[in-house]
Amino acid sequence: MTLTPQDRTIIEATQAGLPLVTRPFAVVAESLGLSEAELIDRLKQLKAQGVIRRIGAAPNHYRLGMTANGMTVWDVDDAVVDSLGEKVGALPFVTHCYRRPRALPDWPYNLFAMVHGETREEVIAKRAEISSLLGKACRAGDILFSTRILKKTGMRLRGKEG
Amino acid sequence: MTRKLSPLERTLINRLQDDLPLVPHPFQELAQELGLSEEELAGHIRTLRDDGLLTRFGPFFDAEALGGAFCLCAIAVPPERFEDVLTKVNAYPEVAHNYERDHKLNMWFVLATESQAAISATAEAIERDTGLPVLLFPKEREFFIGFRVNA
Repeated sequence: MTLTPQDRTIIEATQAGLPLVTRPFAVVAESLGLSEAELIDRLKQLKAQGVIRRIGAAPNHYRLGMTANGMTVWDVDDAVVDSLGEKVGALPFVTHCYRRPRALPDWPYNLFAMVHGETREEVIAKRAEISSLLGKACRAGDILFSTRILKKTGMRLRGKEG
Repeated sequence: MTRKLSPLERTLINRLQDDLPLVPHPFQELAQELGLSEEELAGHIRTLRDDGLLTRFGPFFDAEALGGAFCLCAIAVPPERFEDVLTKVNAYPEVAHNYERDHKLNMWFVLATESQAAISATAEAIERDTGLPVLLFPKEREFFIGFRVNA
């Protein structure tokens, strides 16, 4: 996918968030020397290309009381990992779900599903739901609770430096 | 840390996770539904953001579609060396976030670089710096997520 220089300018102007006013796109457009309609059209194209997933809010899990987060990991039969991954991802309490390579012999797990909850007990109960959904196709599983955030930075487009 | 949310704030946190329309007045429809003016709705969202209940409001970009490369990595750090290794790993600007987890593999971080080649190069540099193997867990497939926070 190639982004035009104008796309990069638009992304840089909006990745920290939109101004919270009644016409946010008009404010951003003015700062970029575009019309409101031009900016909205371009954003629609970026959305059609999959560069923009949605326009909305990112809730702060921690401030909303969801302080427990467990990375559940599973060793799932390769023949069915993708179809089961779709089902796990669709569970309402799974925030990320990926297939990743195993790192044998230390790490036999190929399916990762992140679960958030208010308590560890809640996360453990949700993990049991994933386990029953996976059934016999799953050979082993584990859960890794995060005990400390060691670093957290926004993932920013670094077009200007590169 | 957490403050009590009003019923309106709960509704807003739930509804604002939906996709808003790309139109000149993106808040109009939701404001009407909730019996608010657009200005009032924007003001409530500002408050939620300023109070840290929302981290941001705006477009969500697909990080890979933006042209970067990303990789989840893990290191089994001997407990007595944890702080020393942490300082070394976090010194890399390519380390976007890093979590301690309760496992033998106790340090999990995401590398964010401009290219795939830079992922391997950075992981190798961290191995040299720390003397510890860095396991790479690149995303092979991402599954659709139906998740929403229910406030």
